[in-house]
Amino acid sequence: MSAPARRPVAVVSFAQARNVRREASRNEVELLMPVVSEVFAAIGASKDDMGFICSGSTDYLVGGPFSFVTALDAVGVWPPRAESHVEMDGAFALYEAWVLMQEGAIDAALVYSFGRSSPGDVTEILALQLDPYVTAPLWPSPVALAALQAQALIDAGEATEEELAEVAARNRSAARANPNAQVVSDASPEELLADEYVVAPLRRHALPPITDGAAAIVLAAGEKAREWRERPAWITGIDHRIETHALGCRDLTRSPSTALAAERAGLFEGPPVDLAEVHAPFAHQELIVRRALELGDAVTVNPSGGALAANPVMSAGLIRIGEAAARIWAAESERAVAHATSGPCLQQNLVCVLDASDGAVVGGGA
Amino acid sequence: MSGAEAGTQPVTVLETPIHLDYVFTPGIAQSIFLRGLARGVFLGQRCPTCGKVYIPSRGSCPVDGVATDEVVELPDTGIVTTYCVVNVPFAGQAVEIPYTCAQVLLDGANISFMGLIQEVPADQVRMGMRVEAVWVPPDELGPSLASVKYFRPTGEPDALYESYEEYL
Ligand SMILES: [Zn+2]
Repeated sequence: MSAPARRPVAVVSFAQARNVRREASRNEVELLMPVVSEVFAAIGASKDDMGFICSGSTDYLVGGPFSFVTALDAVGVWPPRAESHVEMDGAFALYEAWVLMQEGAIDAALVYSFGRSSPGDVTEILALQLDPYVTAPLWPSPVALAALQAQALIDAGEATEEELAEVAARNRSAARANPNAQVVSDASPEELLADEYVVAPLRRHALPPITDGAAAIVLAAGEKAREWRERPAWITGIDHRIETHALGCRDLTRSPSTALAAERAGLFEGPPVDLAEVHAPFAHQELIVRRALELGDAVTVNPSGGALAANPVMSAGLIRIGEAAARIWAAESERAVAHATSGPCLQQNLVCVLDASDGAVVGGGA
Repeated sequence: MSGAEAGTQPVTVLETPIHLDYVFTPGIAQSIFLRGLARGVFLGQRCPTCGKVYIPSRGSCPVDGVATDEVVELPDTGIVTTYCVVNVPFAGQAVEIPYTCAQVLLDGANISFMGLIQEVPADQVRMGMRVEAVWVPPDELGPSLASVKYFRPTGEPDALYESYEEYL
């Protein structure tokens, strides 16, 4: 079955807060407001140009209800405008905006996400996303679950602890060039292997940092995109898939939902990508996602440093799309893939293919 | 069926207690408001675009989406825009029923906030009534709305409906 033609929609602006361990003085609205201002200012747009606003966040991080409603204060929604929210990473909010833009009624949309992991215990909070009957009552930490996944990968002969250290070293070294990164390091893989285990086989370096952050993206269609950005990053395909919540029913060494989303997003058609921004909070997960995306050695992976350099929950996936798009604007990439994940052990995955040319708009969704 | 299975009962109810602790960050703007309460003054913030004064400000104008940077000290006086009389007892009730909760619009503010109305029988509270804040004694002031003991009538003539209809 050939996918129907899609309306060309592009990522034309991207902004993010400086990622920090603890945003001590500003609340969520105050964290988000400068990011929204910046994403508009970069292209000379305003909220009045936006036909739709979609956000991704979770009330569990802030510990109060309807934080996504108060977050709208950072945008200003008078006169009233169409708005939506997903209790997921902002990348999935971007997907909703993209779907709406396919209908053709609106030419531009604002997507944003925010989350401060510092007010609560993020390992306890993430335990609450597990199935509420059998797994969540055990309060397993996401590190423990990721360690099970890493061990399964090592037992299957598909990764070594040295490879996890190599992933961490490469990401945190690349993060040197990212002014918004939280954790940067020039340590070699050999040096990293001297780290203590946090939960075996995961050493400190294989874990993401705990991050407070926010991000915003502007999507635009057709001529509007060319007006705002000389070399827009066209979304030629985007798709997301989910696996069962029952961890014991999954092969944790594989990411079939990533592979399927990639296929439906058209990643395996047309010219190969030259760049990938992969949302892999734990080092071994990058190996799993690279395999699912069939990324060759020629592909530049995570020039931003990825989620190992900064992992703002609810924003880290949207940031991958923004980072990949920025490389296309800068002509550092012709075709890129951005990946976002959500849930335990890569349960849900989104794949977004970005292209310097809108001629390849064929894949996406079903 | 094995003996063990024969002796078991199906699970019909599962209790999974959840408790999470948070450190609350009021933010820069709300911290200004809270520190004002600790000094016994109302501090609002003005939007540079539309000029509206919010108390407490959450840091941005919800209409314009810009930072409310200018701090404005507001008086203790204002008007009741709307109210409700509480006649129903509930656990933890601190005030004798019936009592009145009102939305109070401070003079110079463009948004009301909730306050207790005292020193007047509940059936005499009305929309447009002029009120003033009664603060707790200075040594009891703190960064909390508990610093405002309650509002009481000033005895001034009621405000005209047109002066507050926008805030209902
Ligand atoms: Zn305003």
